[in-house]
Amino acid sequence: MSLPDNSRTDISSFWNDTGKTGIAAWIFSTDHKRIGLLYFYSVLGFFLTAVVLGLLLRIELMTPGRTIMGPQAYNALFTVHGVIMIFLFIIPGFPGAFGNLIMPLQIGARDVAFPRLNLFSWWLYMIGAAIILTALFTGSGPPDTGWTFYVPFSSRTGTNVSLAVFGVFIVGFSSILTGVNFVTTIHRLRAEGMTWRRLPLFVWSLYATAWVQILATPILGITLVLVIAERALGTGLFDPARGGDPLMFQHLFWIYSHPAVYIMILPAMGVISEIIPVFSRKPVFGYKMIAFSSLAIAAAGSLVWGHHMYTSGMSDTAILVFSFLTFVVAIPSAIKVFNWVATLYKGSISLEAPMIFALSFILLFSIGGLTGLILGAAATDIHVHDTQFVVGHFHYTIFGGSGFAFIGAMHYWLPKFYGRKYAEKPALLGWAIMFVGFNITYFSMMVLGMKGMPRRYYDYLPEFAPLNLASTIGSWILALGLALVLVNLFRGLMKGESFGRNPWGGATLEWSVATPPPTENFEEEPVVTHGPYDFKGAGIP
Amino acid sequence: MSQAQHRDHAGAKLGMWLFLFTELILFGGLFLLYAVYLARYPHEFSVGGRELNVLFGTVNTMVLLTSSMFAAMAVTAVQRGQRHNVVRLLGMTVFCALVFLGIKYFEWSAKIGHDIYPGSQRLTTGPPGESVFFSLYYLTTGLHGLHVLIGGAVLTFVAIKVQKGKVNAGNYAWLENGALYWHLVDLIWIFIFPLYYLIL
Repeated sequence: MSLPDNSRTDISSFWNDTGKTGIAAWIFSTDHKRIGLLYFYSVLGFFLTAVVLGLLLRIELMTPGRTIMGPQAYNALFTVHGVIMIFLFIIPGFPGAFGNLIMPLQIGARDVAFPRLNLFSWWLYMIGAAIILTALFTGSGPPDTGWTFYVPFSSRTGTNVSLAVFGVFIVGFSSILTGVNFVTTIHRLRAEGMTWRRLPLFVWSLYATAWVQILATPILGITLVLVIAERALGTGLFDPARGGDPLMFQHLFWIYSHPAVYIMILPAMGVISEIIPVFSRKPVFGYKMIAFSSLAIAAAGSLVWGHHMYTSGMSDTAILVFSFLTFVVAIPSAIKVFNWVATLYKGSISLEAPMIFALSFILLFSIGGLTGLILGAAATDIHVHDTQFVVGHFHYTIFGGSGFAFIGAMHYWLPKFYGRKYAEKPALLGWAIMFVGFNITYFSMMVLGMKGMPRRYYDYLPEFAPLNLASTIGSWILALGLALVLVNLFRGLMKGESFGRNPWGGATLEWSVATPPPTENFEEEPVVTHGPYDFKGAGIP
Repeated sequence: MSQAQHRDHAGAKLGMWLFLFTELILFGGLFLLYAVYLARYPHEFSVGGRELNVLFGTVNTMVLLTSSMFAAMAVTAVQRGQRHNVVRLLGMTVFCALVFLGIKYFEWSAKIGHDIYPGSQRLTTGPPGESVFFSLYYLTTGLHGLHVLIGGAVLTFVAIKVQKGKVNAGNYAWLENGALYWHLVDLIWIFIFPLYYLIL
């Protein structure tokens, strides 16, 4: 390409634009790339915090009875692990970090539609996070309800639930604003020639995600307000003694929280749809169906919340309908998996770190998805409901799926912004260790669940001891691999070999600008003449 | 920054409409509860509904509809470049908002005076359906009242921008979006009024 590889010192890079300096140049910047990095390091910090909490949980469950903490601490710990991982890491993670970093570049825009609102979203996110953290250390102890805040326990427990719930409410508001911003951006700011059929699949997945954020999050908002009202005013809307119905809480909560898992997984699928064609040197197979399936998952996924409630006392008709709809979601998910695999077929595959994470995503997500069908069918769900099986299944989809895709995205895109690259061999070694540890940790949980070990229990029968020990040891291996991967990645971003304009050979627009991208992305507005995976059209060998 | 002024009026409006959807869905949760509990406690809901003051409700409906008209007139006025007129019309809108909240205050006070509020003696000892009805009534009208307050604040803020000339005939996205928000507040009341005051 025309620019030399050491364009890192390019004066127009977004790292050294003029104006404010120091921290103010970041926390008051409206540049989507800076906001993206703000989000990235915020969510990464919370992720690592919650990883430590997860490791502590596993150590507690290593042996029956008390290992390192008491039951109350255990309850608080699994609650906080879930709240942080879900509301502070994986929901804001993809749209906030990689959505902001990449999406405007990919559609050929200078920024998002509302840059100041974008910055405000990050501030709201940080304020919400600060409130949640405050709730842990003030009042009468951290919340112990589980991240689901189920009534009646959440309306009665003496712990600091109201403040934590309020923090989640604020974070939800931030998520809504990001959704509004992204839908508007994708509609209004596409460059000339960037038709809907040339939209990169990551953008398609963010678009579907943004709609879920817009349409589902307000329901979480009102549900959390109702929990606070229940506690503070005694409204009794979920209290059977006062005429209310706790089942209504579960409905409202899952109307949001089931679609929320698609906020977590859809952009991850988008990342995979970017990585697979680039590292197979082949146009993606079934572009239209992958784009469509993102929308189909978002739509169908909004109608399946009842599958969390098979044992709650819904009518059999409702269970049947929700079970059917849950199976419907499997169709577009499988469409994606088959299209990725078909893209690989006869491709010129290079197994670099982003690709390895993408390939393991396909495997782990498929295991997570298929075990999801066991939970989606009412008959089999009754057997494993509220067991460790659910925990294992969920981590296969969200950690093995979204988490691995997130790390893949870090390897794929972060070098573009730092101009330097991680070392390949330690990345692959770290991945291998993670992969082994991951499967030991969570597969053991699924087997434990099948055998009948409930989730969220502090203690267990001696017969569950061997697998729990295995799972805990697996979590250490997983953590070791994760540490190696992250240290190698960030070491590389600081000191690694330099990373030119388009070393991966991608055909999407973010690879057409300098490395790191200039402040307003494009020197002149790009005119798009080829599809996002048309490598020949982009002149890539 | 060196960035040239770049306005996208249609984009700003699209964003606002999306945000208004989220507000509708926020209230949608409460309407959902209303539907479910109405089906479960039809008798108690009608007893509760008849206790609400239709006169207060009707007057408030008139006040809000009038205020919405002022807001719409303000948008027309700004397109014609009548700055003082815009400020005056926005002032009247905000005044209506305050009247609405004042009436709401008297309405709530009367109810609380009759020992009707969540956790009151009467509601805790009475039939459970009535407690549910009045809890929903306070939450829904309370959340709506909060939106009246926010809408009034937004329009005041916009009026200051108009006065300073920052919002004018060439650039009135702020005013239009503020007015849209105000119509939303109005719209939600149009649903609350019959559901709580009229049909029960």
